[in-house]
Amino acid sequence: MAELLQIKSQVKEFQQEYVDKNSYAEENRQKENQAATRIQSWFRACKVRAYLSHLHKQAVIIQKIWRGFTARARFRQMVKAAYFIMKMNFYEEMAVRIQRRWRGFFVRKYIHNFYARKSYLEGVSQKNELVRQELDELEELQKRERDCLEMVKEQTAKVYQAYRLHHLLSTKQCPGVFNSPFRPAPHEMEQLLRQVKYQAPTRLAHRGRSCLLGMPGPAAPSFPGTPGSPWIKNTRTCSSSRPILHPIACKKEQSQFREPGEVWEQHLHCPDLTLRLQTSHTHLEEAQKQLRQQEGTGSMLHHLSHSRSSFTHPAYAKSFR
Amino acid sequence: MSQRQIIQVFEQYQKARMQFVQTVADLASRPQNIEILHNAGVMSMLRPLMLDVVPSIQQTAALALGRLADHSDDLAEAVVKEDILPQLVHSLSLQNRFYKKAAAYVLRAVAKHSPELSQSVVASGGVDALVLCLEEFDPGVKEAAAWALGYIARHNALLAQSVVDAGAVPLLVMCLLEPELALKRIAASTLSDISKHTPELAQTVVDNGAIAHLAQMILNPDAKLKRQVFSALSQISKHSVSLAELVIEAEIFPAAVACLRDPDEYVKKNVTTLMREVVQHTPELSQVIVNCGGMAAVIDYLGNCSGNLRLPGIMMLGYVAAHSENLAMAVILSKGVPQLALCLSEESDHTMKAATVWSIGQIGHHTPEHARAVATANLLPKLLELYMDASSSEDLQAKCKKALKSILQKCTYLPGLEPLLYDAPSNILKHVVCQFSKVLPHDSKARRLFVTSGGLKKVQEIQAEPGSPLQEHINAINSCFPEEIVRYYSPGYSEVLLERLENYQPA
Repeated sequence: MAELLQIKSQVKEFQQEYVDKNSYAEENRQKENQAATRIQSWFRACKVRAYLSHLHKQAVIIQKIWRGFTARARFRQMVKAAYFIMKMNFYEEMAVRIQRRWRGFFVRKYIHNFYARKSYLEGVSQKNELVRQELDELEELQKRERDCLEMVKEQTAKVYQAYRLHHLLSTKQCPGVFNSPFRPAPHEMEQLLRQVKYQAPTRLAHRGRSCLLGMPGPAAPSFPGTPGSPWIKNTRTCSSSRPILHPIACKKEQSQFREPGEVWEQHLHCPDLTLRLQTSHTHLEEAQKQLRQQEGTGSMLHHLSHSRSSFTHPAYAKSFR
Repeated sequence: MSQRQIIQVFEQYQKARMQFVQTVADLASRPQNIEILHNAGVMSMLRPLMLDVVPSIQQTAALALGRLADHSDDLAEAVVKEDILPQLVHSLSLQNRFYKKAAAYVLRAVAKHSPELSQSVVASGGVDALVLCLEEFDPGVKEAAAWALGYIARHNALLAQSVVDAGAVPLLVMCLLEPELALKRIAASTLSDISKHTPELAQTVVDNGAIAHLAQMILNPDAKLKRQVFSALSQISKHSVSLAELVIEAEIFPAAVACLRDPDEYVKKNVTTLMREVVQHTPELSQVIVNCGGMAAVIDYLGNCSGNLRLPGIMMLGYVAAHSENLAMAVILSKGVPQLALCLSEESDHTMKAATVWSIGQIGHHTPEHARAVATANLLPKLLELYMDASSSEDLQAKCKKALKSILQKCTYLPGLEPLLYDAPSNILKHVVCQFSKVLPHDSKARRLFVTSGGLKKVQEIQAEPGSPLQEHINAINSCFPEEIVRYYSPGYSEVLLERLENYQPA
């Protein structure tokens, strides 16, 4: 019993102690819990930190190795690129040199060719000189031709005048106007008068004009009665290539020179027309009409018309009949 | 009365009419009678006579009318007003060749005065009747018809178009082939009048093969024919490049150059006109002409003639030089610049001077070589003088200024530039000074010459606003010389020195 009482009092104490301890523990529970939590957290943190630092170290190692790898690869690439660029620059530089030379050559040879231009300009000057000379010669030639023609014209005019003034020729009895006794020698007109042979005016042909003068025929002026052979007694010394033949002796003038009266008559009267033209071109129809008219009127007229028509148109009559 | 007496009355009347008409025609050939005739009412008298029975009276009446209308504007208007034209046109197709000639003469005389009268001729159907006349055999009729058509076509493009629409051009080209010289002349003249207005008309003429025939007639000895042929070719070639090329392809050129020594001056003028019209289009065409020696011939021609005849030659040189510097150098080598200088000094007409100045400008503006050639011919002071002269026309002054500017911008020939320093106005002066500032830094002999000839002194005397280009050039020039020399030549230096003397205290 005593023990029981003791235990019972102890129980009470025990309970009290228990309660006290519990309350004490209860009071310190929070603090201790917190302390424990703190210690645990700290420890866990240390653990994690250690783990993290380990991880970091490993990560650094990996990254270090990786970065080195990529950097070296990039570097190799850069070196290749730089080398490539250096090569390209070199090539381009060389290409520029080639192009420079080529372009200079091409431009100097084909586009702004100095020597071609120089020779062209020299050629132009020479051509100019040549053309000037040729033109001068041509002008000279033409001038001479014109002068020649002028002279020929003058000469023919003089001869024509002499021909018209032949009556002023000096005779044995009386010296002419151009042969004045006070002159030392007769005037040239006098000489011309002596040379001109007078002829009664007839219609002259143009033949002999060119062969007399030795000048281009059609260019000589056409005068009425040109100074052809009929006038000048002795033909002038001419450099004509055509030989002048002697006139054929015939008692009459050449057939081209007809009497003026004949010509005039010809102008007045029409020449006999040829047979064909004498009849009008409707004669056939007229004849037929007549015949038809006279068919009914009688055989005599018929014969007459028949004979008439056969007289005028022997050929047609046959076909008609 | 017996038959004979009655017939005699008619014969007397006919004789009277014939005499009247012949006398009027003779009187009308003298200009002093025409006014009197007109006041006496000759127009209304002649009109019924043109419908007369007797052909010779008709013809003489037409001839008289033609002479009257030829004389003056009013009479031609009177012919139109009296309604004679339709009758004339109608009988053109019916009558014989003498009448046709006389009627064509009347139409020509009416049409030549003004475009309105030509229009009235066209309106009354004259063009078709004339084209029918062109198909006749008689060369006189063809000539009269072609002449009338030429006068109609001369006035303006519309009338020329109506002539072409009537189908005249092929017939005219055939007339060119006829042996009669007068007919060829007139046909060429009419073709020239037709083709001068527009490119289409010129193309129509070319399409009918006119160029080949015209080209064949170039070496014909007749001067008047050559005038018309060259005039026709130049009117054709002036319109466009293709037409000019067609003309050149007819290979007239080496032969046409020979015509530049023809005694007739209008032939020469027309050849030069043709060359000018061809040359103005492209450099290749100019090359053709330069290569056949045309340049030398034209320059000689300029030396031999005077007055207005020189104008086409001068313009031709300008056009050739304008294309490229090669051709300009060719002009210089053919002694063109001295010739142009002569022309400039001899001619007094302002349009001629303006053309000469323009040509000089075209020659000189390409490169320093060209500008040097112009400067050595002493042309720059002359150009300046013409520019400054108050009596020069506006056009001349403008052209001088342009030419001077363009030449000065390339000129490096300093002795030629120096005279310009003295008289030039400021807008020219700045170019001159600019050129000096370009050349002097590099050439020591030129610097020496510049100083000794007084140029530096003159430059110092120029007043210019600071900051203007003129002042910059002056500064550039001054920087080529040592400072003492610049100060020595600056104006008022002697006063400065004297002032220094005044203020100097001997030690």
